[in-house]
Amino acid sequence: MEHIVIIGNGIAGVTAARHIRKKSDKKITIISAEHPYFFSRTALMYVYMGHLKFEHTQPYENWFWKKNKIDLHQGFVTNIDTDKKELILSDETTISYDKLIIATGSKPNKFGWKGEDLPGVMGLYHKQDLENLEKFAPNNEVCKRAVIVGGGLIGIELAEMLRSRKIPVTFLVRENSFWNGVLPAQESEMINKHILEHHIDLRLNTNLKEIIADENGRVKSVIIDETGEEIPCNIVGLTAGVSPNIDFLKNTNIACNKGVLVNRFLETNIPDIYAIGDCAEQQMAIGNRRNIEAVWYTGRMMGETVAQSICGKKTEYKPGNWFNSAKFLDIEYQTYGWVFSEKNKSDNEVHFQWQHASENKCITISFDKNSHEFLGINTFGIRMRHEIFDRWLSEKKSVAFVLEFLADANFDPEFYNVHEAEIVAKFNQEMGTNIQLKKKSWKRIFSKV
Amino acid sequence: MKFIKYLGLTLFLIGFGIFNSAIFFGNFQVSQQELEAYISEKGYKSEYLKKALSDAIVTDEQLSIFEFSSRVRTAFETSNNYHNKLISKYDSEKNWDKKNEQFQYTVFGKPHSLSYNLAKKVGKGFLKNQPNLAWWLTFGLGIFGALLFILPNVILLGKPGIKNDGIYLESATNRGWIAWLVLVYLVTFYLLLYFMPDYVVNWTFIFDPISNFLNGGNASQWFVYGFLYCVIMIVMGIRMYIKYRHNKYQIVRTTSVLFFQIVFAFLIPEIMTSLNMPGYDFKSAFPLDYDFFFEWNIKSLQSSGAIGVFILVWGIILTLIIVPVMVYFFGKRWYCSWVCGCGGLAETLGDPYRQHSDKSLNAWKLERWLIHSVLLFSLLMTVVTLYCYFSGTSSFIGIKSQWIKDAYSFLIGAWFAGVIGTGFYPIFGNRVWCRFGCPLAAYLGFVQRFKSRFRITTNGGQCISCGNCSTYCEQGIDVRAYAQKGENIVRSSCVGCGICSAVCPRGVLKLENGPEKGRINPTEILLGNDVDLIKLLNNQ
Repeated sequence: MEHIVIIGNGIAGVTAARHIRKKSDKKITIISAEHPYFFSRTALMYVYMGHLKFEHTQPYENWFWKKNKIDLHQGFVTNIDTDKKELILSDETTISYDKLIIATGSKPNKFGWKGEDLPGVMGLYHKQDLENLEKFAPNNEVCKRAVIVGGGLIGIELAEMLRSRKIPVTFLVRENSFWNGVLPAQESEMINKHILEHHIDLRLNTNLKEIIADENGRVKSVIIDETGEEIPCNIVGLTAGVSPNIDFLKNTNIACNKGVLVNRFLETNIPDIYAIGDCAEQQMAIGNRRNIEAVWYTGRMMGETVAQSICGKKTEYKPGNWFNSAKFLDIEYQTYGWVFSEKNKSDNEVHFQWQHASENKCITISFDKNSHEFLGINTFGIRMRHEIFDRWLSEKKSVAFVLEFLADANFDPEFYNVHEAEIVAKFNQEMGTNIQLKKKSWKRIFSKV
Repeated sequence: MKFIKYLGLTLFLIGFGIFNSAIFFGNFQVSQQELEAYISEKGYKSEYLKKALSDAIVTDEQLSIFEFSSRVRTAFETSNNYHNKLISKYDSEKNWDKKNEQFQYTVFGKPHSLSYNLAKKVGKGFLKNQPNLAWWLTFGLGIFGALLFILPNVILLGKPGIKNDGIYLESATNRGWIAWLVLVYLVTFYLLLYFMPDYVVNWTFIFDPISNFLNGGNASQWFVYGFLYCVIMIVMGIRMYIKYRHNKYQIVRTTSVLFFQIVFAFLIPEIMTSLNMPGYDFKSAFPLDYDFFFEWNIKSLQSSGAIGVFILVWGIILTLIIVPVMVYFFGKRWYCSWVCGCGGLAETLGDPYRQHSDKSLNAWKLERWLIHSVLLFSLLMTVVTLYCYFSGTSSFIGIKSQWIKDAYSFLIGAWFAGVIGTGFYPIFGNRVWCRFGCPLAAYLGFVQRFKSRFRITTNGGQCISCGNCSTYCEQGIDVRAYAQKGENIVRSSCVGCGICSAVCPRGVLKLENGPEKGRINPTEILLGNDVDLIKLLNNQ
């Protein structure tokens, strides 16, 4: 029986295993050093905040794996002998495979700051980071202040976590506005304001120079590059992005760049070895996407795709329309299609923006200046229906069409205030159009069902 | 702010303490005249009983309710024993006349209820004399303290938004010692209320003026319970308003359950009673209202003229037409989360415990067995009762009407719905009864599962499997299992509370009443990867 070995039990590896099991009775082994069972990494923050217990982050009960004949092996792979098709583990045992899937995910970026490996410096990615956090920042007595370096999604999540235990947080962001490499200015500014309202000491245009240790070799303070200011703190969160977790492949002949290089079939340069998820790097970018996408759902999709290939139906990885979501403290964010920030947008991308007068709600709709084709939407504080936008993007609808049928796309809970009329009115006024908002129609919403 | 909270907690605990120690207040002894008046009012004929009661409770001693209860129960028991012995004696002598004569001397009823009736008449002391002051020292202080504890959350919880911070870090909400203490208290409370009402007779004195004002009679233990129920729902409803103030669905829903509890379950029945009508809760549907078809109820309705007939017809229409039609359009949530009193208590008092419902597969299996068994049990009981009522016999296919009614009232009505259903909130979650026991929920569930426009829609590929939805589902549904597959959730147990949608950090879930067609949507491949679905399916 063919033996499929998967390194990594994150969403990518586990999805691959589940789908291989759905389609075949191959022998499947998942190797992980982090935790014996699959858990949702994105939910780790809620464990620290006390919303969940760790077991709640596990989507499958512990008996699931045995019942589905998926062997879980706890161990750390140190090397791969691609000729003998063997994995070497840190305890020097070996595991042979017929097909190998590398799904080892990411690790937090470090940029060679002085003191970046001190006890009390941590990222927020692995379960061990959470354990570290409980050790160094269990409450605001032990941890008088935390400094977070890096203005992205993980940074703001870490800030929210620490604030939930009333720990003072200083948040160092290199850019002049939060996440403005991705978000248009209106939205980035709204989040800046929201961060400050949550009593987080947000420092824009600020870089870390070094981390200082105390007499016990633990974090004592950080020095800011621009001003030389010293901020006393007990922990430092490094959240300046992540990069593929592939150090163990150094001595193998698997071709890597930043990540494991794969083609559209998620194959590496070595036959029978695949790479999926955060650690995989596309040789050529797909559309507007980056070569490495550390996103939950792309890991899931790659897992589904590679399972097809391994079960005899060679399938290309073809991610559809881009989408994503996040939550900035209390503000939900969803994006469908492409809305680039002012920094990154092309000349023919036009933005229409609307913002609520008092609440934290806003949208940006991007469209093509010449063809008026709808390119994408960012929504803050308003939920939108994924299926609808996916359909409209695939069918290349015009921006006028999107506005006309905007009510169909709203996914907010019942009784919520709707703002489509106001949005359309503003669009008409700015663009000199006369779009009439159509009433929501179940028939249209489910026309594809 | 913190200070106000602690002050509120202290005041609440003082009021709560006085309320509980009120059980031990007052004294219970009877003068000979009072006793004789009571006996003639009740029509007790036994001279032996009269003497036994007189010896026991006509005394100068200051009897506590416990001593009083014990003496009364002993008196009833010895009297009944005495007469029963005579009955068997005359029986063996075949002295039928004497035997029949003895029958009228035995007293029927539960010993604690008999003791309650007498105690209610003769209790004396502070609570009886100063009921209004007593109300302020117990309920008044408790409500005021609780509000002082809850209201600062407007500021302390920070900006509006889901704030479940620390739920699993605190003893009260993470099955710690506080939770167990609350469990013991609630279970004891229900045991006293259902099985030893005489022990809490003192509480009823506090409510005599209010009860007199509302229905023209003195308060019973059920009046105290009804009032307490409403007060708890209002106070904890205010907590809901603050916690979910960003969420209009939760605000509207909470207002609805409060309205139906206060007006329909409490005020209307009381006012009806004061007008000499049968007190009826017009929203209470069979089979949750399991004694609707009991002969005492049918007889009482028939003897109440037009209003009685109206209630009888309304009760039947509610169950057979309104309930399923509403479930078809809106799902069973219109009842369970918007109207029902049990649901109302679960959503307000029980909200801090909702995360404890068991989500394991085994719990789901147990749930389906239990809830459907209770439904069957209640239907069987009703069939037997109705058969016996119309045929005038006392049993049907060998099942005695009285026996099955008693068994249901005891096992389901008292133990399951009360003691376990509410008492176990802090450990098993707030919808233990609704999930595992409620026969109406089972009935609504059938309609919801097979013929309804309601579903929880999941939003394409946005789910990150974080598990908030499943954790906070009070009905123990593994919402995430559906959400991560992009499948709509069509489950008979969903009561549509909307919390899964509220706690989702990615906006994946939405309660929807849409077209029935396509509400069940098993997905082969999730949104995102552009695959030719037709080709994929053909290739399989």
